[in-house]
Amino acid sequence: MARQISDPIDDRLWSLRDVSFGYGSTPVLREVSLELRRGCCYGILGPNGSGKTTLLDLLSGLLLPQFGTIEFKGRPLHSWPKKQLAQMLALVPQDFMVRFGFSVREVVEMGLHPHLHRFAGPSAQDQALIDEALVLTGIAALAGRPVTRLSGGEKQRVAVARALAQQPTVLLLDEATSNLDIHHSLELLQLIRQRFEQQGMQVIAVMHDLNLASFFCDELIFLKQGQVFCQGRTEDVLTPATIASVYGVEAEVTPNSFTNCRQVSFRLPVPR
Amino acid sequence: MPTGGTSTVTILLLLTAVLCVAVALAATLGFLHVSIPDVVSILFAKLSGHTLATAIDPIAATVVADVRMPRILAAVLVGGMLGVSGTVFQAILLNPLADSYTLGISTGAAFGASLVIVLQIFGLVLPPVVSVPIFAFGGGVGTLGVVLFLASGDRRLSSTSLILAGVIVAAILSAAIGFLKFLADEQVGIIIFWLMGSLSGASWQNILLLIPTALIGTLVAVFYSRDLNIMATGDRAATSLGIHTVRLRTILLVTSTLMTAMAVSVSGIIGFVGLIVPHMLRHIAGPDNRRLIPLSFFTGGLLLLFADTLTRAVLPVEVPIGVLTALLGGPFFCVLFKRRQQDGKADF
Repeated sequence: MARQISDPIDDRLWSLRDVSFGYGSTPVLREVSLELRRGCCYGILGPNGSGKTTLLDLLSGLLLPQFGTIEFKGRPLHSWPKKQLAQMLALVPQDFMVRFGFSVREVVEMGLHPHLHRFAGPSAQDQALIDEALVLTGIAALAGRPVTRLSGGEKQRVAVARALAQQPTVLLLDEATSNLDIHHSLELLQLIRQRFEQQGMQVIAVMHDLNLASFFCDELIFLKQGQVFCQGRTEDVLTPATIASVYGVEAEVTPNSFTNCRQVSFRLPVPR
Repeated sequence: MPTGGTSTVTILLLLTAVLCVAVALAATLGFLHVSIPDVVSILFAKLSGHTLATAIDPIAATVVADVRMPRILAAVLVGGMLGVSGTVFQAILLNPLADSYTLGISTGAAFGASLVIVLQIFGLVLPPVVSVPIFAFGGGVGTLGVVLFLASGDRRLSSTSLILAGVIVAAILSAAIGFLKFLADEQVGIIIFWLMGSLSGASWQNILLLIPTALIGTLVAVFYSRDLNIMATGDRAATSLGIHTVRLRTILLVTSTLMTAMAVSVSGIIGFVGLIVPHMLRHIAGPDNRRLIPLSFFTGGLLLLFADTLTRAVLPVEVPIGVLTALLGGPFFCVLFKRRQQDGKADF
């Protein structure tokens, strides 16, 4: 990417300070502090129950931190008007499901909601934007079909198309590829990666698959028991030592000339 | 919407015309037959304050203007409000089987009405025209308050919590109604008659209350219809599109409850309209609430007008309207449901 990194303060999109959150008396996230830059693709990794989705819910404003502060663009996140925030943040949820048989096009068009006046219809330019999102995600042929009749993978691509139509500065992905086969996963991640490189948007992705994360992310954040275990460039933090401490498995991390990124193989620790 | 605003406007104008014709036709029917031109001139005279043409029977004029018209308009407005509130309840609760019963609101209104009837039996002196509607209204609104209070524990006011809270409260209220019927003893007929619904008591005062409620309620629902569409994709996704999910649910629940409670207070319990109308329309016009909500008003109004005219002027004996809508709507709903099951997918 040819972006110039000038002042690091200007480039900072998010800053989280000592953020804690829990449901009832069970803490989920404890004293999480993070700085997230513009134009970077982040992966949030960690075992089940480590607080990944909660962190994403806090970033999207669905949950409010019980302690600590979240600043977005130098302003407390909760003080942004919701509509304005929605013009900048888009979310692709884990299981995108739609009740009632809206057509694929109608659902993608919902992405324009934060940009349109309440009673305004989409302009010709907006229509072109929807068409583009449909083509990019490979669902143009399904545009007239009810979403309730699509397969899980197709639905997930509708969710991505809607997020693209939303034209966000930050794209939040919550295990967006967990229901997809390997072909569709790679295709979707590559598509997002391309958009990200063309438009310099920030991507924050909760992921399970370490190899996909290694292919997709510039930086990784490992969570363990609700705390940040480590954060850094993918090649620096994706190590056997990190994986052993976070997941409790033995791992081998090797550069792979075939995929052109680091690949991980695992096994359970051999009992002694 | 891609289909364009113009076609929707055309359809709505067309439906308004159909509704006017239906109202005029319904006014001609009954024990005393009045021709359509006479109905039109009677109404014109009534509205403009002109004196009536001498050719028209003054008794017919009184029957049309003061007996039939309030009842006909009440049928249209009550049906319309039940249709709109049914659509909104289903969209908010993400459940195509939801209606005002699901949240206990109709049951609450029925409880309020039964309570005041029993109190009167035990000697409480209140003008019945005022008290039954007011208690029914209070019962419906009060029930929503309790349901919201119970469901707000999870802070998100999720549809599952709302439905659960509604079902629990409705069960308790049904038992309470049963107890009130038991207390009413020999005079239980008054409660039963009210619970089965009737538009025969509708007056011009009722219409003056129904018109603003129907108008404001429908406009609020139309105002939030795009947000309501997005709610169908789940809370997380809706929040990320800038929708205050809790606030939206609260506003729309209160609005639909006011419409339902107002309808129930005038007509008693009329089931199935709020369930069937949105269901049927979704099959025909798709799930987009921007179309669905105005369409629900007209369809609900026309359906109830049809049912009420049937029981008032066509059937040899006046069947309670709530019974008629359930008898007509129930089997129809079964057909829709069975067809959906055979399709194999929940494609509402």
